[in-house]
Amino acid sequence: MEKSQIIAPNVNGLIEHDHNNDGIDRRGFLKCMAWAGTGAICAIQGGVLKSYALGSQMGSKMKSHKADELTFVQISDSHMGFNKPANPDVIGTLKAAVDKINAMPHQPEFILHTGDISHLSNPEEFDNVDQILKATNKEIFFVPGEHDVLNDDGKMFLERYGRNSKGSGWYSFDKNGVHFIGLVNVMNLKAGGLGTLGHDQLEWLEDDVRHLKSSTPIVVFAHIPLWTIYPQWGWGTDDSAQALSYLKRFASVTVLNGHIHQTMQKVEGNVTFHTAFSTAFVQPAPGKADGPGPMKVPAEQLRSLLGITDVNYVQGRHALAVVDSTLA
Amino acid sequence: MKRTILFSGVPVMLLLAVSALVLQPTRATAGENSSTEVRVDNFTFGPETLTVAVNSTVTWVNKDDIPHVIASNDGLFKSKALDTDQSFSYTFTKPGTYPYYCSIHPKMVGKIVVQ
Repeated sequence: MEKSQIIAPNVNGLIEHDHNNDGIDRRGFLKCMAWAGTGAICAIQGGVLKSYALGSQMGSKMKSHKADELTFVQISDSHMGFNKPANPDVIGTLKAAVDKINAMPHQPEFILHTGDISHLSNPEEFDNVDQILKATNKEIFFVPGEHDVLNDDGKMFLERYGRNSKGSGWYSFDKNGVHFIGLVNVMNLKAGGLGTLGHDQLEWLEDDVRHLKSSTPIVVFAHIPLWTIYPQWGWGTDDSAQALSYLKRFASVTVLNGHIHQTMQKVEGNVTFHTAFSTAFVQPAPGKADGPGPMKVPAEQLRSLLGITDVNYVQGRHALAVVDSTLA
Repeated sequence: MKRTILFSGVPVMLLLAVSALVLQPTRATAGENSSTEVRVDNFTFGPETLTVAVNSTVTWVNKDDIPHVIASNDGLFKSKALDTDQSFSYTFTKPGTYPYYCSIHPKMVGKIVVQ
């Protein structure tokens, strides 16, 4: 397990990781992780992990889009309906995320929402999110968080967002040669355990990727992290190793998760794991509090700890650029 | 201790109503000094193991800013999602050990021992 450490950011440093030669600069990587939580940016571009201070070179780098590029945005954990001191205005911060997306110089093709759309699975909460996200004018792909399937085993979620999905809401689709897989790991959780994919979904996954060429870039998105971040707080998925074993032969796998309301990144062989900011509230770093509950931060700091994730794929390159930016 | 705070300065009518509510589950554990409330706080059940007499009603109260769902491991009982300060009660009519967990945060586990 990689744990993030607080290291004073060195604004002149460029942090590089050669993804293809597995020569990770561990110290640099940790710096990058620490930065991400305090308003800087981490990116993997062409297999090289780099970090930039917000508002510096990053803007110009991201403007150089070409026809063979695919850009999409991940948002997560909007928790519509949450009204506690950690953020009494989750409508305002979700709208800020939408403004951020609409202001991107090169518009993303679509949006992934990695769950906890609502706080209490109420229809009005889903309605509110749908209404706010409509302003992006983008196609949106959803997977459920545990807050979206509270009282009806996910029936309402499936009716609203999972019409073309299998089982409890899993599915796949292709865009610009990238194969996207949405997984559900918040259903049928067992006492004492972590997130669960379950036998049926694993079988479907194995079959879903069977026909793909090994050079096909894969993006997997699910709510609870598919790597073990902090099992004491349930931040992991019991059978994720099985799922990842089906993806071993692929040159590039990008795993996008939410749930923990903070950005973290880990590279393991061909797989880049990434967790996104929430648009609603902050949770403590692993083990840094008595429990994982919502953390109240000074009001003026809140938007620098919430955000969105911008993902960029250039055909012919292995790794996808994963860029976090805050709402501040 | 909690009851003392509740009773101080409360008008008589309300006092009677409140004491009826508070005392009823306590009466079920006649002769034992055990509480029948489980506090759900900071993603833990307190106490994690609660021992009660047969026919006791156990009430779980959620003190977190995050909802929880109380579910017995074998499906005997399951609450709706409990938001902050909401509660769920279940009456145990047979002796035994009843392990339960939060079905959306399954690392949260506890048990009720009914004697």
